[in-house]
Amino acid sequence: MNNLHFSFCDTALMAMPSGALFVPDTGILCLSDLHLGKSDRIARRSGRMLPPYEVQETLSKLEADILETAPQMVICLGDSFDDLEAATTLADDMQLWLARLQAGRRWVWIEGNHDPGPVNLGGTHSGEITVGSLTFRHIATGATAEISGHYHPKHVLAGRSRPAFLYDQDRLIMPAYGTYTGGLASNAADLQRLFATPPIAVLTGRKAIAVPTAA
Amino acid sequence: MTALPSIFRDWFAARGWGIHPHQKAMLEQADAPALLLIAPTGGGKTLAGFLPTLAALSQGGHDGLHTLYVSPLKALAADIKRNLRTPVAEMALPIRIEDRTGDTSYTQKRRQRADPPHILLTTPESLALLLSYEDAPRIFGSLQRVIVDEIHALSESKRGDQLMLCLSRLQSLAPQMRRIGLSATVEDPAAIASELACHPDPCTILNADPGPDPDIDMLVTDVEPPWAGGGAGYAIPAVLDEVKKHKTTLIFHNTRAQAEIFFHKLWLANTDDLPIGIHHGSLSREQREKVEAAMVAGDLRAIVCTGSLDLGIDWGDVDLVIQVGAPKNVKRLIQRIGRANHRYNAPSKALLVPANRFEVVECVAALEAVKDRDLDGDPKGGGPRDVLCQHILIRACAGPFDAETLYSEVRSVGAYSDLSRAAFDDCLDFCATGGYALRAYDKWKRLLLRSDGQWQLRDPRAAQRIRMNIGTIQDTDTLKVKLRGNYKPLGEVEEGFAATLTPGDTFLIGGQVVRYEGLKELTVEVTRRADKTPKIATFMGTKFANSTQLSHRILRLFDQPDWPELPRHTAEWLTLQRRYSKLPEADRILVETFPHAGRHHICAYGFAGRNAMQTLGMLMTQRMEELGLHPLGFVATDYATMIWGLDPVTDPAPLFDASNLRDDFETWLSGNAVMKKTFRGAATIAGLIERNLPQSRRTGRQATFSSDILYDTLAKYDPDHLMLRITREEAMRGLVDYGRIEEMLARTAGRIDHMALGRVTPLSFPMFLEMGRVPVAGAGQDRVMEEEAQRLMQIAGVAEL
Repeated sequence: MNNLHFSFCDTALMAMPSGALFVPDTGILCLSDLHLGKSDRIARRSGRMLPPYEVQETLSKLEADILETAPQMVICLGDSFDDLEAATTLADDMQLWLARLQAGRRWVWIEGNHDPGPVNLGGTHSGEITVGSLTFRHIATGATAEISGHYHPKHVLAGRSRPAFLYDQDRLIMPAYGTYTGGLASNAADLQRLFATPPIAVLTGRKAIAVPTAA
Repeated sequence: MTALPSIFRDWFAARGWGIHPHQKAMLEQADAPALLLIAPTGGGKTLAGFLPTLAALSQGGHDGLHTLYVSPLKALAADIKRNLRTPVAEMALPIRIEDRTGDTSYTQKRRQRADPPHILLTTPESLALLLSYEDAPRIFGSLQRVIVDEIHALSESKRGDQLMLCLSRLQSLAPQMRRIGLSATVEDPAAIASELACHPDPCTILNADPGPDPDIDMLVTDVEPPWAGGGAGYAIPAVLDEVKKHKTTLIFHNTRAQAEIFFHKLWLANTDDLPIGIHHGSLSREQREKVEAAMVAGDLRAIVCTGSLDLGIDWGDVDLVIQVGAPKNVKRLIQRIGRANHRYNAPSKALLVPANRFEVVECVAALEAVKDRDLDGDPKGGGPRDVLCQHILIRACAGPFDAETLYSEVRSVGAYSDLSRAAFDDCLDFCATGGYALRAYDKWKRLLLRSDGQWQLRDPRAAQRIRMNIGTIQDTDTLKVKLRGNYKPLGEVEEGFAATLTPGDTFLIGGQVVRYEGLKELTVEVTRRADKTPKIATFMGTKFANSTQLSHRILRLFDQPDWPELPRHTAEWLTLQRRYSKLPEADRILVETFPHAGRHHICAYGFAGRNAMQTLGMLMTQRMEELGLHPLGFVATDYATMIWGLDPVTDPAPLFDASNLRDDFETWLSGNAVMKKTFRGAATIAGLIERNLPQSRRTGRQATFSSDILYDTLAKYDPDHLMLRITREEAMRGLVDYGRIEEMLARTAGRIDHMALGRVTPLSFPMFLEMGRVPVAGAGQDRVMEEEAQRLMQIAGVAEL
């Protein structure tokens, strides 16, 4: 299997090579920083027109993960849309696709700094959510048993940089799931100060691979 | 015909100078619409270009810009300004001369636009920027002449294409404009002439006396060159002797890494403390300027350098040029040597220093080519469309335009003369809407078609972003290298190189061995550790491939019963190769297989140049992987590809089957790193990707994402997109160089000589010391990463996870 099973705050978790996190006990599939509509926002603001296929690519990835895990609940951990206007101008076929993915399960949009308000799409909207012992929010607060996103961590192994989960005993930072997303190196000060001890990185790619960040 | 005004004749006479015949010819033909002067360096080429302008302006009475001078180098523009102002001041001519480059101050630039000088000296990029302003018609309306200096150098890159597009625009703004090109000796003057002229106008070519043949030879040393290796360390004492015998010596190298290593060794052997400097593109500007100033002042006896010193700068009194390593291209060698000598009609003196015995053969072949005046060059393709996209955007910045008019302007550029209207419209559509199969940007189009049929920017504020991305020079992302606690940078290394360093690694920069300490705010921090031998000395950077002509000469040289023209040691080495294996022949592919160090090796001599041999290596290893032969890696040189793996190749012929190779090529090409690199270049020029501006990188957060993601997304959802078509065409000519694989296949037509041998052969030996070994990726790479992660987890004591 290409997924990585591990334990975090007494909860069994599964990191997927796509950058999604699955909680088998509660059937939660969690993804962070989808940044849907990024190419639209860039064109609107700068006139630069990137290949407008990133929503399609991100939703294909999401569909595959949903098929694999059959989650009862999907949590989008903030910055799901590149801005609120991108959420309202999502193409009709993409909105339909999203609705299809939402059918038959709970869907929670967590607020992010890019998408602070509710969106006009299915699912509920929330600042944060706690399920069992785990709390899901966009930006890490320093609380324990916390799963957050926002920083787009990446980690270098054997000369290759990949988006990565970072976690220690108290918190877990998710990699960005969206197609058009950059990243922040795991050794950046902004990320390092979130952890008391150097965290474990789980690299995404063809296979989820765990590695300590301090060698 | 323009006569030389008497004031000039008096000024010349006062200095005891006569006017050169080609300078006179330039004056006589001053009215030609396009004129190309081919002249050796030192022949007063630049003055020849300016004489008609100076003569016309000497009477006064011209308002506004009269002559635009464009050169590839900022430094050259500054040089020319100095050199022109002296006679103008001494003759008290009423002529204002200014330069305008990236270094010109903001206020000065503003003033130049409001009140242009008579003569403006600039670069292609600064000219493109000027043309993007709405007041371009006012600035250039009075223009009479444009002089393109070093046109042969510009014509080798997209900078030349951009410049010629700019000239087509200028011609519309100033229909009276005449074009003058100044070029060094080139293999095909007619090709450059047709690029310069306003198509389909003719262009007169003037040939100055090329001067005496260069006095060029191979350095003979008491020590024999080694069988392999690229350092030429054996020649250090002999090179030092030559430096002592001459006033100023330039020591050229093919790569920066080689220059660094050679400089380091030279210093260790320099017991007389001769003043010797180093100059290459990875050094900081301060460092380079210091060396250039010392050279002009005559304070240096020798400079170790690379091509960064190749262009136009006044070199002072150089009396010897040494080329270390075989010259990959005869034309470049001749220009390099010619440039060193600034004394007209005196032969320039040069020495070639082969690094190993194979390079002895290459040097001898190059010397013969020089003697035969057989210059090499590969035919260019049509005008690049990424540059055209940028040109369209620049045109839009200057104000609304009519597509038909712009199309005919573009077609007046030689390289674009057969551009179809459909191809032009493709580029226009890309600029306007992104050109995607999915029409997603109807709301946010970059260009709008107005009801009067003119195109304009949707948002005029976009002009500023377009202007910031003007230019076609590909700069790789580099990081400054600083000594810890020091402010001044030592130089720069590529980001990719910095990423491979771990604290404690040592490398060479600016001739010093430094120790990598860490990365601080996008600066590589190092300390001095001259006591340790450098572990790493690699800069990326391009290696030029051997030209087709030179490769063929080498093959002809092999095809002799003996080699009286070669030094004894090299002739013996070839004789050994003939005895134990075979020498490669032009119409066959020689394939040697032999075991070495526990691995099976296969070495194929295709003589198709480094880039094509590299591509061949990738294709062969891909096929070997499919056949279960477990290839582990390969290395390519200009003449051969060597692959090592776990299983022997018993029948190499299918690996070279033309239809197999072509099929493999199609699949291989799409996922290839070379394609992604080429895409990045083309997409940046065309305005799809913005340049990494220093301020955005400084924030530490990587706001932008890798262009590889864009490439992958496009390849998956829009494989026929203009940018992918451009990428493909370019890669085929450039880094992939598939054309030369085809040339090899046509030349050898399936004739394979397989030599199954027991050991390494003399000719394959140099391959083992070649840099740039490529590991074969695939499932292997994931396994390497996993094993490394496992090891690190165990060290960290968390293996039970």
